[in-house]
Amino acid sequence: MDIHEYQAKEILARFGVTVPPGALAYSPEQAAYRARELGGDRWVVKAQVHAGGRGKAGGVKLCASEHEINEASAVMFGSRIVTHQTGPEGKGIYRVYVEAAVPFTREIYLGLVLDRVSQRVMIVASSEGGMEIEDISASRPDSIVRSTVEPAVGLQEFQAREIAFSLGIPAAMTQQMVRTLQGCYRAFRELDATMVEINPLVITADNRILALDAKMTFDNNALFRHPAIAELRDKSQEDPRESSAADRGLNYIGLSGNIGCIVNGAGLAMATMDTIKLAGGEPANFLDIGGGATPERVAKAFRLVMSDSNVQAILVNIFAGINRCDWVAEGVVQALQANPVDVPVIVRLAGTNVEEGLKILAKSGLPIIRATSLMEAAERAVQAWRSDRALLGKVRVPA
Amino acid sequence: MSIYLDKTSRVLVHGITGRMAQFHTKEMVEYGTNVVAGVVPGKGGETIFGIPVFNTVKEAVAQTGADASLVFVPPPFAADSIMEAADGGIRYCVCITDGIPAQDMIRVKRYMMRYPKERRMVLTGPNCAGTISPGKALLGIMPGHIYLPGHVGIVGRSGTLGYEAAQQLKDLGIGISTSVGIGGDPINGSSFRDVLAQFEADPDTHVVAMIGEIGGPQEAEAAAFVRDHMTKPVVAYVAGLTAPKGRTMGHAGAIISAFGESASEKVEILSAAGVTVAENPSVMGATIARVMQAA
Repeated sequence: MDIHEYQAKEILARFGVTVPPGALAYSPEQAAYRARELGGDRWVVKAQVHAGGRGKAGGVKLCASEHEINEASAVMFGSRIVTHQTGPEGKGIYRVYVEAAVPFTREIYLGLVLDRVSQRVMIVASSEGGMEIEDISASRPDSIVRSTVEPAVGLQEFQAREIAFSLGIPAAMTQQMVRTLQGCYRAFRELDATMVEINPLVITADNRILALDAKMTFDNNALFRHPAIAELRDKSQEDPRESSAADRGLNYIGLSGNIGCIVNGAGLAMATMDTIKLAGGEPANFLDIGGGATPERVAKAFRLVMSDSNVQAILVNIFAGINRCDWVAEGVVQALQANPVDVPVIVRLAGTNVEEGLKILAKSGLPIIRATSLMEAAERAVQAWRSDRALLGKVRVPA
Repeated sequence: MSIYLDKTSRVLVHGITGRMAQFHTKEMVEYGTNVVAGVVPGKGGETIFGIPVFNTVKEAVAQTGADASLVFVPPPFAADSIMEAADGGIRYCVCITDGIPAQDMIRVKRYMMRYPKERRMVLTGPNCAGTISPGKALLGIMPGHIYLPGHVGIVGRSGTLGYEAAQQLKDLGIGISTSVGIGGDPINGSSFRDVLAQFEADPDTHVVAMIGEIGGPQEAEAAAFVRDHMTKPVVAYVAGLTAPKGRTMGHAGAIISAFGESASEKVEILSAAGVTVAENPSVMGATIARVMQAA
């Protein structure tokens, strides 16, 4: 789960990381008022969206008057930020964060991640802050310092000092850097984060180490023990179909194709999408209804997939193991009888009692297209989608 | 032979009194698995299908000689159960539980390091379907009847995609020595590489099929292992060619976040290491059959 910059800063500040003074606003007027409260003569207005790269997309504006703040945030509110991380639909701006602008002399990149090679928390830092870490590793790989944390004892001071010295932090500021690093690690560890990123971490003109930006991502599997973090979830930053699916225990990711997929198991769901692509089609979604594939879940899945108006055919691919195919077939038939769909439906069943399952589909009288292998199912789905589209073109010409 | 699990394995089920655990314990017993004990704190002294339940793993091991275990415990408590198994003398543990916090798994892996290698428990999973040595024993939730006994070793992250491979092999009359699920989580007990090393050493395994997906470094590590250490042919399939970058595809570990983690990059790395890659999931079985004939 992602949270906003201002929330990450509040959390990190509690763990001893220094952040600039700032305040949240829900309207341009409130943003201007916040600036007056903060004092000073230069402020930064920052769109609060769950995506990186917002600076280039117009989501960060330096302002020198309340009037400028009002104008800059008026443009932001209600608009959508599109960056390389958001997809073409972008993320809506409903909150802005107003911060006192701080003059600085150096920018540092600092990230903490779950490293899957060492299977530990890894600290990644670079003296080339302000750029995306992908760009740093492409242009200045030698500037990147990595250090893994021994989970039994946590981040030791010597390790933090090593990082500080290799980044060239002035000796007089080493302790500040150690406090920042240890604070980030403790926040990561104690709150079950999967990512903490401060980019940039700056050295100010008056020799302070300050987090100018902050991002935190949390482990969804650990939210049960952090109710205060779980409350920070902002549904306005999520795809509405994905969040409603998640609330119903289904795993759905919307894509841009036309062939909807209903599959049990994440690996098989990805394999099904790949096969559709190989057959010349484009999948409309990833959907894992779970290993069990109960009739209720199948019915929910049909409603969810059909809520995407781009869907022109649906491929159901279920490997029934302990739950037999005949039972899954009953579920598909019931779901389609209760919620008729107006696109071709292709069903491929495999596993226990396939023949009985196929018989039930045939007997139902529903126009279900049956397939035995996954490749065959994908080919039939693409075929059905193409001919259906051709048909639509002929029948439904607007008057 | 087979790896991890055979007819002599004495199995303990953590959380045996749960509804799902009872269901699958029954399936395992019917398959012929020697389930000797259950562990549920506070329910020691009860029995389930005649299987004695104990309060602690140590007690269960002392009384029944259990040496393999299956964790069916809800996510908040699963890491604790794995560590109890490691400390209690279990040699091989499968964790089915989906949704264990990643940092709990970091702790588990660190904890297991306290035992010298020759006494260290082997863990596969979490978030997997389990392990089966067909005709011998089943430790997990997979449908046993789709696996014929034979000489292909299967290792994969996904449950149902693994079933798909087993079923395709069965349809071709090809059997399996052992099929191992390593699970879809980012921090797991055994990697592809760990399992490939076991198959390489197992005289009963002649060909290995590896079913990977997007995310993480383990397919690339496996490719290097195949190139440098494997004499047996390896066939692979990697799911997720159409998966977008930066999105978690169902499995907590299935997310493309670094170079080498996309399906096409993994296919390239595996092919360069001499692995035969099946280009679509419908031909996994046929590709394995072709490689077996050539070997």
